[in-house]
Parts: sequence; structure tokens; C-alpha cells
Amino acid sequence: MPFQPVLLWTDALLFLLVGLAVLFAWQARRREHLRAPWREVARRPLAMASAVVLGAYALIGLADSVHFRPALEQPGPQGERRYAPEVWSLLDLALAPLRLQAEKTYSAPFAVRLYVKETVQAPDGTLQRVRPRLRWGGAHLEDPGRRWADVAARAARGAAGGLALWGLAGAAWLAWRARRWGCRWREALARVAAGRTELPWRAVWLTAAALLLLAGAVAALAPHYHVLGTDKVGEDVLYQSLKSVRTGLVIGTLTTLVMLPFAVLLGLAAGYFRGWVDDVVQYLYTTLNSIPGVLLIAAAVLMLQVYMANHPEAFPTATERADMRLLFLCLILGITSWTGLCRMLRGETLKLRELDYVQAAQAFGVGSGRILLRHLLPNLMHIVLISVVLDFSALVLAEAVLSYVGVGVDPSMHSWGNMINAARLEMAREPVVWWTLAAAFLLMFALVLAANLFADAVRDAFDPRLRGA
Amino acid sequence: MLAYVVRRLLYALPILIGVNLLTFVLFFVVNSPDDMARMQLGVKRVTPEAVEAWKRERGYHLPLLYNAEAEGLGRLTETIFFQKSVRLFAFDFGRSDAGSDIGYDIRQRMGPSLAVAVPIFVIGLAVNVTFALLVVFFRATYVELWGMVLCVALMSISALFYIIAGQYLVGKVMRLVPISGFGEGLAAWKFVVLPVAVGVVSGIGSGVRWYRTLFLEEMGKDYVRTARAKGLGEGAVLARHVLRNALIPILTGSVVLLPLLFMGSLILESFFGIPGLGSYTIDAINAQDFAIVRAMVFLGSVLYIVGLLLTDLSYTLVDPRVRLS
Repeated sequence: MPFQPVLLWTDALLFLLVGLAVLFAWQARRREHLRAPWREVARRPLAMASAVVLGAYALIGLADSVHFRPALEQPGPQGERRYAPEVWSLLDLALAPLRLQAEKTYSAPFAVRLYVKETVQAPDGTLQRVRPRLRWGGAHLEDPGRRWADVAARAARGAAGGLALWGLAGAAWLAWRARRWGCRWREALARVAAGRTELPWRAVWLTAAALLLLAGAVAALAPHYHVLGTDKVGEDVLYQSLKSVRTGLVIGTLTTLVMLPFAVLLGLAAGYFRGWVDDVVQYLYTTLNSIPGVLLIAAAVLMLQVYMANHPEAFPTATERADMRLLFLCLILGITSWTGLCRMLRGETLKLRELDYVQAAQAFGVGSGRILLRHLLPNLMHIVLISVVLDFSALVLAEAVLSYVGVGVDPSMHSWGNMINAARLEMAREPVVWWTLAAAFLLMFALVLAANLFADAVRDAFDPRLRGA
Repeated sequence: MLAYVVRRLLYALPILIGVNLLTFVLFFVVNSPDDMARMQLGVKRVTPEAVEAWKRERGYHLPLLYNAEAEGLGRLTETIFFQKSVRLFAFDFGRSDAGSDIGYDIRQRMGPSLAVAVPIFVIGLAVNVTFALLVVFFRATYVELWGMVLCVALMSISALFYIIAGQYLVGKVMRLVPISGFGEGLAAWKFVVLPVAVGVVSGIGSGVRWYRTLFLEEMGKDYVRTARAKGLGEGAVLARHVLRNALIPILTGSVVLLPLLFMGSLILESFFGIPGLGSYTIDAINAQDFAIVRAMVFLGSVLYIVGLLLTDLSYTLVDPRVRLS
């Protein structure tokens, strides 16, 4: 094989989560009472547009979760195939030019010259302080003065490519839709364009167009310029911010995945069995809840650091180490955040267990396990779902703060928090090094905004009591 | 009333014991003091003597739970558990790993923390409630729609962005106030203005949304319909009836936060160089000073439990419908 697949823990859990989501969607398709609220969500233009943006992020994150080690050119001493020590992902492969085109240090977006001055020897032997040309950014230009014309031309070509792709996909989809609607495609186009469809397809396709235009332009520019500049060690900021997407997604989703079993099990048990079980569970979550979250996380991560420093043999490669730390961070965040959901589930179970249908099941002699699983759990799923989507954006934002406090993801891992942390001191420079901060904040803002808008729609659809609130 | 307070206090005791045990397990059982010493002294090339000296200096050389070598009661008191964990109950925080007196540090740093946290809390509450009332007043219009969109957008911006943007714009470009630092007495005001403004602005998005749901919940009740039916204008209904009734959940929801104001804000204080408890904690985390982090975890939980107690009390004081049982 020309490569050796590597399955990190977070990769496995992430794909497990995708599998669960697909399973859930398949289940929901067949049941009308589950389909109805989702249809409600799908009818909202804002929610669907957000879903497209979230989908784009998920695509980047999943592409970054397929890891492998490429084979080396030279075979080993016994002629066996050897693999490179560093772990790559599919995203790295796609962004290979960005990853390899490193400069010496800072350079502004679309710059052709370095940010700092260097002393070079002029041909006549004198020493001069100049800002040298970049090794990669705009290196193809003979006359740096024509840079912006070149940028505009390339961006236009890339955007046109993106638009063409959009047009092709749109046409294919429209043909299929026209068949389903039983009308000519021209009519179908008019319907979508006027927004006279059951689902807000116009919003979906407009968002997709915006994304593809942007992606096309960036893809055309990125091999020749540093679209978002470079950082202190000359690494491309666009590459960093795209790699950070996965970290944000992992923290936002896996945290809830690891906390769900605890919260659901304990909440259900406390509400259903009451008595001493209830006392113990209540005591547990009140105790955990009374410790300020950041401090508990800080204490736990400090202890993790001690453990990792004293047991280096448990983490053979730097990637695995960073990955384990990310997973532990999710675990710790999960432990501090399950209390809210557990309390809500307990309250709802207390209410549900008194209802007639549960009493009837008990009277028929149905076992406790079966009642919990078949009669109570399905009626609590909307609470779980709402809390999962609502937590997501808060967790993405929390990652940045934790990395600043020094208890976030591994410093070697790409994350928005680490980017901000590394760049914030550069605001004091003159001229200001703003691009790293801007890139991290912008990508984080887009993800969190989309997640918030989507979460609002989900909450409104699944919890009718809060509608209009 | 007194009996009620005493009962609540007794109820808080097992929780505090739980927190104490949890921190003990986290700090001393998950990793032994040897591990901590090796981490502090550098993992490689550290002699057992150096580890022993480090532990002895900080009192970590004692056995964890039971000291077989000591006499009488000393078997239980001459242990890490008693010296480091049980003493926290008496608010005896001991010395930090770097050697300073934690109790003294905390008393010194409470003032600056409060100087920032209290204005943020008061102004933030007033601003959020006002905006939420406005949004409710203009409900079912474009003002509400765009107000809510704006709130979601504000909520989606990282708190770090508000701080960095505020420091850059107000401190560096406009040069209105110093970027960071702190002064003695009233001279500190110019250091406090910017962090307070940043703190208030970063809380607006979620705050307005939260208070709006509270108001809307009240709007659906019968007394509001009665007030309208007797011909009151919308403004009067909101100000005189809805606001007053909604003050109950607002007040009781805020009381729980009051004691935690002592802890200050972690990131605000460290960005603005305010010598409060928040930056104290961050410095301790960065220096891996376990004693300080342990003390702050305990202090934070105590304050949270005090907040819960105050919430229960405020319910009974504010709302005559809630009687003590």
C-alpha cells in the first residue's frame, strides 16, 4: 500500500457520531411524529442556509479526520516499505501547496514582500535594510506593482469556476426536481426562483452559490498568494484556520457525545426510581455543579499534564499525544456540562412517570428496563437533541477561551484558540499584525453564528412551549 | 426563618465535603506528590533527593490518609489529607507552592476583582433589561426581528474578540484610556472603564435574549390581559405590570451570581492586567501552582453554595406567594 491508515481516537468517535446521526435520520424518516418537527426546521430559510454552512464546515472537518502515513520513497534495510513519521489527513493532501509554501516569518495577506526588514548586501557592496520578496507569495510576478490586477484576474477566474460548478450541480438537481414535480424544468426554475417551493430551496442554493464563489476564488489564489497572510514562523494562515475547523467541531460534538450516556442514564434513573437513587444523583450533580466550570477544567487539565509528562511511553507520537489531550479535554468539558441536561431529564422523567400510559405499562407487568427504554426515553429525546445543538456553539467558543487560559488543546494542535493566543501580542506591533486574529475570529464567528441560528430553529420546532420566545 | 437558614446550611455541608474529597482525589491520588515534584523540577535528570526536598518544603512528604509513625491523634492530622484538605474548611489556605500566603493574597486581590466585576454586573443587568423591554415593546415589528438577529450575531462573537478589539480601538487607536494596569483607590477608575465596557458589551447578546423570554412569559399571563382591558397603554403595561412581576425571576436569577463576583473574571483581568483573583488564578494555572488552584476551586464552590442559599432566601423575601415550609 502506498500509505498506512491511522485511526486516531477522535477520528473513530467522530465517525461513530456520523454513523449515529445517519441511523437517527433513517429512523426519523419512517416515523411521522419525528419527521414533523424536522420538516418544521427545514421550512425555515435561515435554518436551511445555516445548515448549508454547517455542512461545509463538516465536510472540511471530516476530510481532516481521515488520517494516514504516506510511504517513504526509500525502502527499509530488508526491502520492506517504510512510512513517514508524520501523520497526514485528506485535507492536508488537498492543501499540500499551502502546507509546503512556508515563508520566513510574518507577511500580510496578498503580500509579495516580507513584513519585517532584513539587511541584505546590495550589488555595490553596501548593506541595505529592505523588505525582501517572499519565497512563494506572488513569486510568479515580475513586476510587484501589478499585483492587484493579477489578484483580481485570478479571483475572477476562480469565482467563475465555482459558479460553473454551482450551475452544473444546480442544473442536475433542477432536472431531477422537475421530474419529481412533473413539470418542465423551466417551470421548476421559476418556482424555485420565486420561492414558491415547500422547502426554501432558493435560500439553500443562494448560500451554496456564495460558498462556492468564495471557495473558487480562494482556491485559485491560494497556490500563488498567502490569501490570509503568514504567521510568525511563516506558516500559511489559511491552512491553519482550515485545520482548526476539525478541532472546533470535535470539541463541539464529542463533548456532548461523551457526556450523553451519563446524563441520560443518571437523569432517567433518578426521575424513575426516586428514593435513594434520586438523592445520590442529585448530590452528584449539585456537587459537580458547585465547582466553577473553568476551575474544574483547569484542575483536571493540570493533572492531565502531570500524567502526560510522567508517562511519555503511553503516547508514542506527537499527533497521538495531542489527540489524547483533545479527547480528555472533551471528557472533562463533558463532565462539567452534563449536570444541566441531567437535571432537566430528571425533572421531565418525574413528570412522565406519573402519566397514564406509564402506569398502564407498570400495571401490565412491563419491567423497569423496558419502560425506561421504550416508554420514557423516546419521549425525552427532544430535550437531549435541543441541549446538544444549543451546547455546540458555546463549546466552540469555550475552546478559544480555554486555550487562552492555558488549559485548552495541545499547543502543537491547530485551533482557533491557539491562533488567537499566539497572535494577540502582535497587536502592539506597528503596523499591526491583524490577519491571524481576523482569520480565526471570522471562521469561528461563521461557524458559531450558523450553529446558533440552526439551534434556534431546532429548539422552536421541538419544544412548542418555547415557540415565539 | 433562622431554622430554615440553619437547615439550608446543614444541607450545604455534604456538598462542600464532596467538593473537598473531589479536589483531594484529583490533586493527590490521580497523580502522586512525586509526580508533581518531578513535573515542577523537570521530568528528566531529577534526583530522588531533590524530589524529597521539594515535597518536604511544601509539606507534601506526609502520607496521604494515615500516618503510622505519628502518635495519638497525630496519626490522622499529620497527613496530607488533613493538612491540605480538611484545613480548607477553616479557610486556612496555607502556602502556595511558590511560598506565599494564599489567604493574604486572596484578601489583597478581592478589591480589584470587585472593582471590575460589580460594575459589570450592575450596568450589564440594567442595560440588558432595558434592551429586552424595548424589544418586547416593539414585538412583531422589524425592530424585534433585527434586534434578535443582532443579538444572535453578538452572541456568536468570541469574548476574546471584544477584549482585543476594545483594547485596540479605545486603548491604542483613540488613546482614551490606558490599555492595562491598575491604580490605587479612586485613581483606578480609568483602568476600570474599558474592562467594564467590554464586559457589558460581550454579555448583551445572550442577556437580552434571556430577559426577553422572561418578559414574554409574563406577557402571556392573565393579569396582562386585564391591564390591557382596563385601557392601559402598552408602555404602562410593560413598565408597571410586566417589569415588576418579571423582576422576581430576574432578581432570584442574579442573586446566585453575587458571591461569585468575588472570584472576578479570568480572562478580562488577565488581559487588562488587573491584580484580582481572576488573574491570580490564571497565573497559578500557568505556573502550575497546584496549591493556589486547589484553594480557588474550594473558594469558588463555597461562594456558589452561598449564592444558592441567598437565592432561596431571596425567593422568600421577594415573593410573598412563596412561604417557608
